[in-house]
Amino acid sequence: MSAFYILLGASIPIALGFLIAFIASAKKGQFDDVYTPSIRILMDDQPTEQAQEQQPTLAHEPYEQQH
Amino acid sequence: MSHTSNNIEQFSYDNRIVKQFAIATAFWGIIGVLAGLLIALQLVFPSLNFNLAQTTFGRVRPIHTNAVIFAFVGNGIFMGVYYSLQRLCKSRMWSDKLSKLHFWGWQSIIVFAALTLAFGFTTGKEYAELEWPIDILITLVWVVFGINMFGTILTRRERHLYVAIWFYIATWVTVAMLHIVNSIEIPVSFFKSYSWYAGVQDALVQWWYGHNAVAFFLTTPYLGIMYYFIPKAAGRPVYSYRLSIIHFWALIFLYIWAGPHHLLYSALPDWAQSLGTVFSVMLIAPSWGGMINGLLTLRGAWDRVREDVVLKFMVVAVTAYGMATFEGPMLSLKNVNAISHFTDWTVAHVHVGALGWNGFLTFALLYWLFPKLWQTKLWSVKLANWHFWIGTLGILVYAIPMYWAGWTQSTMWKQFTPEGTLQYQFLDTVTHLRPFYMLRSIGGALYIVGMVMMVINLWKTAKAGVFLANEKAEAPALIKHVSIQGKEGWHRAIERRPLQMLVFALVAVAIGGIIEMIPTFMIKSNIPTIAEVKPYTPLELQGRDIYIREGCYTCHSQLVRPFRSETERYGEYSKAGEFVYDHPFQWGSKRTGPDLAREGYGNNKKSNSWHYNHLADPTVMSPGSIMPQYVWLYENKLDISSTRSKMEAMKTLGVPYTADEIENCNKLLIAQANEIYNNLKPEEQGLITGSQGLQADHEIIALIAYLQRLGKDIEVSSSPAVNQTASNQLP
Repeated sequence: MSAFYILLGASIPIALGFLIAFIASAKKGQFDDVYTPSIRILMDDQPTEQAQEQQPTLAHEPYEQQH
Repeated sequence: MSHTSNNIEQFSYDNRIVKQFAIATAFWGIIGVLAGLLIALQLVFPSLNFNLAQTTFGRVRPIHTNAVIFAFVGNGIFMGVYYSLQRLCKSRMWSDKLSKLHFWGWQSIIVFAALTLAFGFTTGKEYAELEWPIDILITLVWVVFGINMFGTILTRRERHLYVAIWFYIATWVTVAMLHIVNSIEIPVSFFKSYSWYAGVQDALVQWWYGHNAVAFFLTTPYLGIMYYFIPKAAGRPVYSYRLSIIHFWALIFLYIWAGPHHLLYSALPDWAQSLGTVFSVMLIAPSWGGMINGLLTLRGAWDRVREDVVLKFMVVAVTAYGMATFEGPMLSLKNVNAISHFTDWTVAHVHVGALGWNGFLTFALLYWLFPKLWQTKLWSVKLANWHFWIGTLGILVYAIPMYWAGWTQSTMWKQFTPEGTLQYQFLDTVTHLRPFYMLRSIGGALYIVGMVMMVINLWKTAKAGVFLANEKAEAPALIKHVSIQGKEGWHRAIERRPLQMLVFALVAVAIGGIIEMIPTFMIKSNIPTIAEVKPYTPLELQGRDIYIREGCYTCHSQLVRPFRSETERYGEYSKAGEFVYDHPFQWGSKRTGPDLAREGYGNNKKSNSWHYNHLADPTVMSPGSIMPQYVWLYENKLDISSTRSKMEAMKTLGVPYTADEIENCNKLLIAQANEIYNNLKPEEQGLITGSQGLQADHEIIALIAYLQRLGKDIEVSSSPAVNQTASNQLP
């Protein structure tokens, strides 16, 4: 049974720690910009001459932009 | 972004390394599935074992699993990582030399692995069969990969670390940890070692590894790949970037605890089993978070899925991921596991994951990458569509019969007559399953046909195009020390610091592993010692190594679960204390053949001559058996020069051999071999012998000694009272 106490004693603080960190970061506005990174990866970094003709074609529909 | 500058830098992406890994992926993929087809057919037509050690099921099965996991998916990971990481970091791989070293290092590991496994050099631990020199090589190549990856991340031109990179980092860190911890072994010779852990502890470490090999080799890197390539292929951003962040952290934290669900109803302490179950059930949340995120990325683009073959493969891949990760938690429930464990259900489950998720996502990548790398169009979209449909059909024809077989097998094992005796002999269940095994082989063959179509298509595509080895790119240099405006969360802060991120990920996963393992090691009460359990004799030890070498564990378990249907069939259920000298443990994970934990005890005990004939030609003793013939054991002389070093290694690991026993090891060995020989001699006329006739120094004698020893210790200690508790615990 003592193994159980070791387990609980270790896992509960960790689980709480993660929960607190999550709530705190959400409150601090951590997840405010959860849009730009996902768009950025769609752009290619070709040199400018080429980039003119090969703009990424995004099939755009109105996304819910948060900013 | 506020920190852009006019300081535009010109550079190029290394496409050659991506091409190399892509070709290796396709090549080893074909080899891996062909090995799978061979072993599938061997279960229907045992003659396909060819009576050759190197082509027998027990040796080809590890080749199949290792090839598919580490060669096919492994190269697939590196292909995806090397392509996407460069673009996400806006930076060429840190070192072309390391890229090359990584590529050739990994390919040489694969070749060594295939050869050593074929020749019977194995640790006997599933998915970690490779012997210690190859383990060390894997570690070195993994470090090369790590240096190259972190070098690239540290010299990147894009400050934000996209979600895919976190998955790659978590993969690297965790795989390194799993591989090292599980591979701790004591070398006996250049190609032989014993696991440092014994019995229950070895089982816990092994399945902690085994489960997380699935998690951090087959899942997290492929999720990273999914997060880059699905948006790219669909031309739209990931459905929810927020969800990707949350499910990443949840996934890596939960996965590491789930390993014990492979050991339900085993001799592992109950608390560890329950812990595994609880975390496995919780895992459904982050797993489905990933699945939903992948599928919903295609929202509003479903019309394109109809046209675009790459997207089709991706949709089936992510759907298969969703199905497998729903099924996983279900299989971790004890009542479901009581039915599924040791049956073909597990085989169906892993193949939905491997063929669907890993296979189809890899194919999607290849179809997407080849035209890009060779600057052309895919040679034949029609052929790719054919591949898609044949492959999908192949998965169904594979999986459905296997689910059916698993369920059938389990219910037949558990079926009692009205009089209370077992209705079916084990052999009845085996012969009943042969049609299902045949169907499964057809499904696998269809899948392979699809892969061959793909290889032709990719080959033609490459021929029609011009390979772009260095893809020019430009991006502004990364400005250090940007003043950040507004509030900044901890996660954002970590994102920009890969080393700290690495440490955090390591801490998160290590905590899970340590908490599970430390108590089992430290707390003696977990493993009740049984006074009657004695170390193996020198001959039995040698016999056990033959058992391991021939991969007997790939079809036979050595673990009787506490169900009436099992205790009736096999005898007393297994106790933790019985395995304290088992380096490595040999519980197995599949019962294609019957359990052998009590092979030398009670109703199961057979004569030496029965074993002698059975291993030479199983159908003589068990008509309809699909077990291979082990004819080489009747020609090979037992190598007794290794006995002493083996016993000394065992003594180092805590097996209480006396100095006297070690000194006289081969005297003892020969005496026991002669005993078996003398027992067999009067029946020589009825024995199926090799070209040299019955000999006391053949390998078969050692194997018989081991088989006759199995479960024997408990014979002395078992009492009616213990049996009573066993039969009370039936499901």
